[in-house]
Amino acid sequence: MNRILAVVRKEFLHILRDRRSLAVAVLMPLAMVLIYGAVMDMELRDLKVGVLDLDRSDRSRELVRAMTSSGFIVAAEHLPGREEIEPGFRQGRFLAALVVPRGYGGDLARGEARVQVLVDGADASTAATVANYLQAVVATVNRDLLREAGLAAPFGARTRIWFNPELVSARFVVPGLVALVLMMICALLTSIAITREKETGTLEQILTTPVTPAQVIAGKVLPYVALGALVCTMVLLAGKWVFGVPMAGSWWLLAAYCLLFIVIALALGLLISARSPSLRVAMMAALMVTMLPTMILSGFVFPIASMPGPLQVVCRLLPATHFLVVLRGIMLKGQSWFPLQTAALVVMAAVLLTLAVRSFRLRLE
Amino acid sequence: MNGPAGNDAPAILVEDLRKSYGERAAVRGLDLAVASGRICGLIGPDGAGKTTTMRIICGLLRPDAGAVHVLGRDSAREPRAVRERLGYMPQRFSLYPDLTVAENLRFFADLFGVPAAERVTREAELMEFSRLGPFRRRRAGQLSGGMKQKLALSCTLIHTPEVLVLDEPTTGVDPVSRREFWRILRELAGRGLALLVSTPYMDEAGLCDDVVLMHEGRSIARGTPDEVAAAFPRRLLEVRGAGLPEALARLAASPRPGVKVHRYGDRLHVVHDDAAQADDVARLLAGAGVELHPVAPGIEDTFVELMAAPAGGEATP
Repeated sequence: MNRILAVVRKEFLHILRDRRSLAVAVLMPLAMVLIYGAVMDMELRDLKVGVLDLDRSDRSRELVRAMTSSGFIVAAEHLPGREEIEPGFRQGRFLAALVVPRGYGGDLARGEARVQVLVDGADASTAATVANYLQAVVATVNRDLLREAGLAAPFGARTRIWFNPELVSARFVVPGLVALVLMMICALLTSIAITREKETGTLEQILTTPVTPAQVIAGKVLPYVALGALVCTMVLLAGKWVFGVPMAGSWWLLAAYCLLFIVIALALGLLISARSPSLRVAMMAALMVTMLPTMILSGFVFPIASMPGPLQVVCRLLPATHFLVVLRGIMLKGQSWFPLQTAALVVMAAVLLTLAVRSFRLRLE
Repeated sequence: MNGPAGNDAPAILVEDLRKSYGERAAVRGLDLAVASGRICGLIGPDGAGKTTTMRIICGLLRPDAGAVHVLGRDSAREPRAVRERLGYMPQRFSLYPDLTVAENLRFFADLFGVPAAERVTREAELMEFSRLGPFRRRRAGQLSGGMKQKLALSCTLIHTPEVLVLDEPTTGVDPVSRREFWRILRELAGRGLALLVSTPYMDEAGLCDDVVLMHEGRSIARGTPDEVAAAFPRRLLEVRGAGLPEALARLAASPRPGVKVHRYGDRLHVVHDDAAQADDVARLLAGAGVELHPVAPGIEDTFVELMAAPAGGEATP
């Protein structure tokens, strides 16, 4: 035990001496919470739309008013003619254009009115959002017109979004960042710390003392568990205070799952350091195996449901995917029962830990 | 030899040690004994098997065959018991450059389980002994090469071992620091420690009490430095002077059977067997601007001669 403490003490000295790495490990996750929380806002506000009203009737003005009163769309300008639409797109004055044809008011009375919506498709996701907004506006106007005529709409869907009614992306992003931070500190930093010691020959030096390999590893790993837990708490608190990310479920349950995920990340880190011939290889491997999949394939940024089939299988094999389901469940929904995810995480932890311990034994002999 | 070490039993005893890495044999039947209070030099070129031998003695590697005992304990079976009484300094500087001198010492003291009170007195003693006292708070990475080696040595001495195994401790260290380092080693031997020191430098062989010349995993000569030098089976002529390149060219142009020439910096050693051959060489080099003297062989001559000779005793392809 004293020997483990000796290694822990020494490892903390390393961490504290290497100010730059420490700053990166602590500040990067915080910066990511702030940046992702602010930037990854899926909503679009104050969209500029060019309006070409060829009808100039009360009915057409009503439509334009309905469109701009939603708050999401501001009519940028009224266009004098069709030839103005393309230059407007090219100069970026607006992202979409609404064309109300001549005779719209009259057509409306006969029930066969049409308007044209043109969208700048250069930015595909924005274009899709804009098109959706404009269609929604048209649908609303339609419904109002029917009501005016004393008719009920035959069919209508009312969408309510639960757990994150305003679709605030911070609530969605913060759990993902927790997974990323734990992977970064527990897997990446641990594998670097161990490989460095192997590469500089200090591991050989240490092993000539009566300390056992297991004690060395325990001592090296514990400070990173502490650092991971600390940064992870910071991320959660930042999410709560800055973006109001809720905590619907139990903090204790959350901590327990974080611990399980930490075990997985550590096992990965150990496995990488045992298998890597050099520090450089270990860093690259850790980035490829832990950070990138956690960012891209875990459902952190890109929804898994929209990925092609084989890739979805890969996603299911990632610990972070299951961890994220659990985190979001606890934080946003107050869920406390995750049989499938728990089973997956426990199995992964057991397999990785066995592999890590086995390959470490081989390497130290 | 498995019983506890008596007073006259060697501190390190290696018998018919063998170790291969896959197909490549690193050590092939080595015998070695180091007594307490003596410095034994393990001398040989890179790849002779010195490091492998030392790692096995420290219990870091398992031997394929043979027995290794340190203070009566089997290194392969009881590595931890051996390590508690042994200090090992690997070839590369292996301390933490970002920790200070004192922090490095403290870490090794903790690993060896040195009690706090003893640690403090021991640390003061080592600081005094290695003259690192004024640099206690300096980071190890900012020490000079010689000071780093002294710190590494201090770390291996923190638990007061009885046996010290040093793998090329003076490689890459300046001559002044080397002399200082050997002074410290001599002092340690004087306190009764058994020291096994490997070195590629032949001039350091003379500083040891005993030497073992190692080549391709075997010992090719052993004994005190004088004994090993005296084991040189042939005669030696030393050639010196301004005409050395000319002399070398003449010797190369007309090789004499049974006569070998080795160049050592500013002189040649001509190895031969009798006076007739010596006269022949003298005639050949007449007027080349060199002087010829018969000299007593050194360890290096023995080493070069034995290395070139087919290994005696064991069958070699």
